Amino acid sequence: MTTTTPAPEPGAAPAGTAASDGRAPVLAASGLVKRYGSVVAMDGADFELLPGEVLAVIGDNGAGKSTLIKALSGVVVPDAGEIRVDGRPATFHTARDAQAHGIETVFQDLALAPALDIAANLFMGRELRRPGPLGSVLRMTDKRAMRRRAEELFDSMSIRIKSVTQPVENLSGGQRQGVAVARAAAFGKKVIIMDEPTAALGVRESGTVIELIKEIRSRGIPVVLISHDMPHVFEVADRIHVHRTGRRAAVVRPSQRTMAEVVALMTGALEPTEEERRGVA
Amino acid sequence: MESATRARTPVATSWDHLLRNPLVGPLVALVVAVVVFSLVTDTFLRPGNLALVLQQSAVIGILAVAQTLVILTAGIDLSVGAVAVLGTIVLAKVGGTEGAAVGLLVTVAVLALIGLLNGVLVAGLHLPPFIVTLGMFTAVFAATQLYAGSATYPVEPGLLTWFGTKVQLGGLVISTGVLAMLALYLVAWFVLTQTAAGRHLYALGGAPEAARLTGIRSGRVLVLVYLTAGLIAVLAAWAALGRIPNADPNAYQNANLETITAVVIGGTSLFGGRGSVMGTLVGTLIVAVLRNGLTQAGVDNLYQNIATGALVIAAVALDQVSRRRAQT
Repeated sequence: MTTTTPAPEPGAAPAGTAASDGRAPVLAASGLVKRYGSVVAMDGADFELLPGEVLAVIGDNGAGKSTLIKALSGVVVPDAGEIRVDGRPATFHTARDAQAHGIETVFQDLALAPALDIAANLFMGRELRRPGPLGSVLRMTDKRAMRRRAEELFDSMSIRIKSVTQPVENLSGGQRQGVAVARAAAFGKKVIIMDEPTAALGVRESGTVIELIKEIRSRGIPVVLISHDMPHVFEVADRIHVHRTGRRAAVVRPSQRTMAEVVALMTGALEPTEEERRGVA
Repeated sequence: MESATRARTPVATSWDHLLRNPLVGPLVALVVAVVVFSLVTDTFLRPGNLALVLQQSAVIGILAVAQTLVILTAGIDLSVGAVAVLGTIVLAKVGGTEGAAVGLLVTVAVLALIGLLNGVLVAGLHLPPFIVTLGMFTAVFAATQLYAGSATYPVEPGLLTWFGTKVQLGGLVISTGVLAMLALYLVAWFVLTQTAAGRHLYALGGAPEAARLTGIRSGRVLVLVYLTAGLIAVLAAWAALGRIPNADPNAYQNANLETITAVVIGGTSLFGGRGSVMGTLVGTLIVAVLRNGLTQAGVDNLYQNIATGALVIAAVALDQVSRRRAQT
């Protein structure tokens, strides 16, 4: 259909079923509602992430996209609506619940503990234990194994880190982003969500993160990318989810729309087509 | 900044690594203090005096472990000293009438309950630890006075004074109370550095939001920390009776501040998330050596307090400066 679509999935059904291309979404949500007092952050929001794609989520400040993302990553519990993983309903109460479903999130503030070293941060909350009674009885963590796994991980993702034993606070912004992305990539078996991964970075470091996103997609793991940066979105996204006034306004393909049109959709200056509105463009 | 990082040679980095180790500063200070007092006085280095230094630091040293755990979570415990004093009275009173074993069990129950209450108020209701433990200090102090009825309670030699038992260790004769303190430090060091729970404690103290987002059950860890502080106070109370077999509701009035002093001098940050329990042991010893050495040198008690106070402020200043440098 378009040149940006990744390799077709085996057994793709004809169009007209659940989502565009007929592929069943990996992660989906329908009718999500979240109120904070009188503020409605999500007002019947829908969401669909297809296998192997990079889906950009864009929206103006206050459109409710970060609430949507928090609901999908388990940090916010929606008041109403349903989240489905591989078609099966799932309920997330904490980030750990989403992680258990293979959904990893790179939060905007990265969720790194600055005083701890890189390896400790990579495995935070999921520490490897020593084999035998040292691990099971004394509950000792296997620092050496964690360091080795961390080094392998950075090598495989071509992230350049001098030593995984240095504290995170010694790293540059781009390196920290690399650590957070590597953590998500290491544990995200199903979905990786990235909230504004390039917002705090310079041009060169942003480019590295975009390459990492492509790298993750090439492994067949779909990525949800929340970003304000239109050139980045158009460079890497297969589809763009446009969020407006607490719900999904449209899903567009970057090949079919210009940046100016997408911005107009985002602000409401332009009406989406019927297919875009239904998310099947 | 990035280019500066890259320009560092491996040698400089390993030096950096060593100097960054928060234990180095306090350790150097301890060694300097020991050397100075050995040169200035004839009595300081005598085995009997060194044993005395250790014995004088046992109770505060034990309580300072509890304080370290709480401060690492970016909290503070103003009550743990008063809680330990209540522990000595309960041990002596209940132990005196019902037997030592029952006295110990009741003390464990009471002090665990107080620790649990601190933890639930801090973790469950998200109240500031300073306020919760200040309130707890006030209440526990008054409750201790009421329960003791302004009397002191001598204890019979036996289980309750077991931590006063002397042990020959090389040329030193020290009490089992000192050994208990050292054992407690080893256990705390192991948990903090070798287990996931210890990492989580550092993470939630230094970066609470990151801890939450990575799925660490911060509330549970916090409650456990305050509960542990209560249990450590039992050990401190027991060790106190070993040292002086007479429970006095007005003893250890400054214990709480002294634990904070030891923690801070030991290089643990009051902002949470960085520091080490072995640093606290060194901090405890620094204060004990300073007091003992100045006494040996014939310096007035009040000057000793001034020296300790200056040391605390210097330690906090150092922490602030290093934090600021880490952030730029």
